[in-house]
Amino acid sequence: MTGRFTLAPTAPGARIIGLGSTQPENVVTNDDLAARMDTNDQWIRERVGIQSRRIAEQGTSLVDMASEAGELAVKDAGLNPADVDTVILATCTMPNPIPNGAAQTAERIGIPAPGAFDLNAACAGFCYAMGNAADLVRAGSARNVLVIGAEKLSDWVDWTDRSTAIIFADGAGAAVVGAAPDAESVGIGPLTWGSAGDMAQAIHIKSDNNMLHQEGQAVFRWATTKIAPVALRAIELAGLTPADIDVFIPHQANLRIVEAVAKRLRKEGAREDMRVADDIVHSGNTSSASIPLALDHMRRDGRVRSGETVLLVGFGAGLSYAGQVVVCP
Amino acid sequence: MADNKEILAGLAEIVDEVAGIDAAEVSADKSFVDDLDIDSLSMVEIAVQAEDKFGVKIPDDQLAELKTVGDAVDYIAKNQ
Repeated sequence: MTGRFTLAPTAPGARIIGLGSTQPENVVTNDDLAARMDTNDQWIRERVGIQSRRIAEQGTSLVDMASEAGELAVKDAGLNPADVDTVILATCTMPNPIPNGAAQTAERIGIPAPGAFDLNAACAGFCYAMGNAADLVRAGSARNVLVIGAEKLSDWVDWTDRSTAIIFADGAGAAVVGAAPDAESVGIGPLTWGSAGDMAQAIHIKSDNNMLHQEGQAVFRWATTKIAPVALRAIELAGLTPADIDVFIPHQANLRIVEAVAKRLRKEGAREDMRVADDIVHSGNTSSASIPLALDHMRRDGRVRSGETVLLVGFGAGLSYAGQVVVCP
Repeated sequence: MADNKEILAGLAEIVDEVAGIDAAEVSADKSFVDDLDIDSLSMVEIAVQAEDKFGVKIPDDQLAELKTVGDAVDYIAKNQ
């Protein structure tokens, strides 16, 4: 019996077919920050693990960075911009809420009239967007989805507040999600996601000065206790075990959170030789851009190879969190 | 219920694991920050593990009040 509607033909699943990323040229070291506020290199390294970060010049916009990363990912996928029919921009730092950044970014890349929208799940945004992209492809609603995580956090940081200025940075990373022709080539596992709205105030933009405020200790406690279970759930949903994970790329929030979560995963059976992203050391915390930046950098450096099993977990403002297992293209 | 001696020994093990400080160094009169050089984030990790081990709640505002190892032992003893 046929139903009332004709539905799009579905795909066996989705996979990542291209990656790209970009960072501002401008490097800001811990010593640069120590010259303008009461902090020092050793204190910053010990607390957050950051040695330097990239901060965009005033004239560089979030859409500039998103477009560059997106263009590189489309090229890396071997596609023409016209092959992309959907653009999801994960971001929480657009200068204004209207218009969105996705449509302008698509226009800049030369993608004709795609479905285009911004997605705000802060530091979990890239995983949220990747999960949605995979499901759009699998459902037949999209053929090739360009997923971009891009942030210009420097616009929202109080450069006299040492609790945030030492952490946040700018950048963009992107992935193209396309259909897997058969079950064996599926490269994006099921999404696990959630939120904790009761802790909304733990990371927020203050209304009096429009600057980012973070309750560091509360966020640290939340991340070091609640994120490992999210990672384990993503592994379980994909039908894998922790020992199957070759590379672990959590959101680059703070190196100590990264290390604490990796330690928990190893207690649960993850391998000692599992490579763990430490991109924060020279990139800072770039919110939704941190995971695709780390993935692209690690691939470039040969620390993640094509076909390897990679666990992604994002977490941050909302509070929100999400994760999935993917295969490196 | 653990007595104070058992709490101190358990806490010393946790401090050793989190901050790499020899358990023998962790005595009641030591200040976490000044004597043991433990920072606020390590204190959170210690609190989380102590919560699991002793079945207590140590919220961040309470944690800030626990200056010495002895303060922590007393708090856990009272609240377990």
